[in-house]
Amino acid sequence: MGIITPGFFGKKREEDPKLPPGQYETKDFPVLSAGPTPNIHQGEWSFTITNESGEKTSWTWDEFMKLPIETVDTDIHCVTRWSKFDTTWRGVSLDTLFEDVETSAGYTMAHSFGGYTTNVPLEDLLDGKAWVAFEFGGEPLDPEHGGPARLLVPHLYFWKSAKWVNGITLHDTEELGFWEVNGYHAYGDPWKEERYYYDS
Amino acid sequence: MNWAVADVVGIREETPTARTLMLRVPDWKGALAGQHIDIRLTAPDGYQAARSYSLSSAAGDPVVAVSVELMPDGEVSPYLVRGVSVGDQLEVIGPLGGWFVWRPEQTEPIRMIGGGSGVAPLVSILRTHIASGNTAPVKLLYSVRSPEFVYFRDELAELTDAAKAEVTLQYTRHAPQGWTGALGRIDAARITAWAAGDAPDASTYICGPTRFVELASDALVATGVDPMTIRTERFGGA
Repeated sequence: MGIITPGFFGKKREEDPKLPPGQYETKDFPVLSAGPTPNIHQGEWSFTITNESGEKTSWTWDEFMKLPIETVDTDIHCVTRWSKFDTTWRGVSLDTLFEDVETSAGYTMAHSFGGYTTNVPLEDLLDGKAWVAFEFGGEPLDPEHGGPARLLVPHLYFWKSAKWVNGITLHDTEELGFWEVNGYHAYGDPWKEERYYYDS
Repeated sequence: MNWAVADVVGIREETPTARTLMLRVPDWKGALAGQHIDIRLTAPDGYQAARSYSLSSAAGDPVVAVSVELMPDGEVSPYLVRGVSVGDQLEVIGPLGGWFVWRPEQTEPIRMIGGGSGVAPLVSILRTHIASGNTAPVKLLYSVRSPEFVYFRDELAELTDAAKAEVTLQYTRHAPQGWTGALGRIDAARITAWAAGDAPDASTYICGPTRFVELASDALVATGVDPMTIRTERFGGA
């Protein structure tokens, strides 16, 4: 516990088990982006998984829409300290996308239109833990929030849920992505407050 | 890096709804222009709330400054704007953030667009740029409701008078008497006209409410500016 701040009492008086340490709940949907919002049409969108030997598995938007689609109800937690409860997404599970991908790699890098990247261990993308989502709250995903499609990895801080995602590459060793090189934590578990690179 | 107990060594009323807090942080080793700190408050029962605030002080300043805008429904800002006095202590951690930053070794021209309290990190860049003796041109377009809400008003006016920076104010609701500049919300045409003639290798920094940043960055991209040269920081919902 830190020093008591005289005269500060705060708003919430009960612990909310859904709220990770250091977070506050918001009803808004704030935007964290490093640069301008890219405007990507569905027709120019595609998604490619590249394994450690360079073999590619790709889907166009139309092919992607024919895959089994799941509805995901989840809380999301941004490193900038807001959490949003009970969000609803629709997307394709990474388990589905990795079904025919041969790999023994342990690490992945998600790639986005615009060149942004974020690193996630492969095991954090599988077993029902991650999706490529294209709908939020029953509507097509807004470009500011990563539309037409973003990665959804809700058990990690939300920057790992790469906006405008267009592919994943597989790697035998861990490399750092764009946000991780720029000061954020390599893994980003909100329950351990792994916000910044030195929170190891 | 750990939470440090900072002393509040100065307070300036910045606008009717914002204050600048000057903080002395133990073992502070400087920051990069554009970085932020987190401030954490602790209630008597141990409940804590923390928020991020951009530094407005120059990178090398031994005393750091943050400007806090009062959020009417906020939890932390009402305390920082109305409750804190000189001599109080606050827990802080930082400096944080490695992308929305400017380094004195950058040689390209700097173009900055700020909306409301989003001007704070841009002023840090401006101050750092001047303190470093960097000779690249720097310009700031600052959108603000009305004259009484201008952050760092006297300093920005002095910089303009001394031709150390090109600072353009855009009032969105009320302008001062005799104002001949722009009035009304910034739109794409305004951004385009302001940026016309800038060097193609200029770096752009935009900070403000989400809608404002979207508009300004979209307008620049539409004129052909490379998106990778535009760094943004947004606040509020979309």
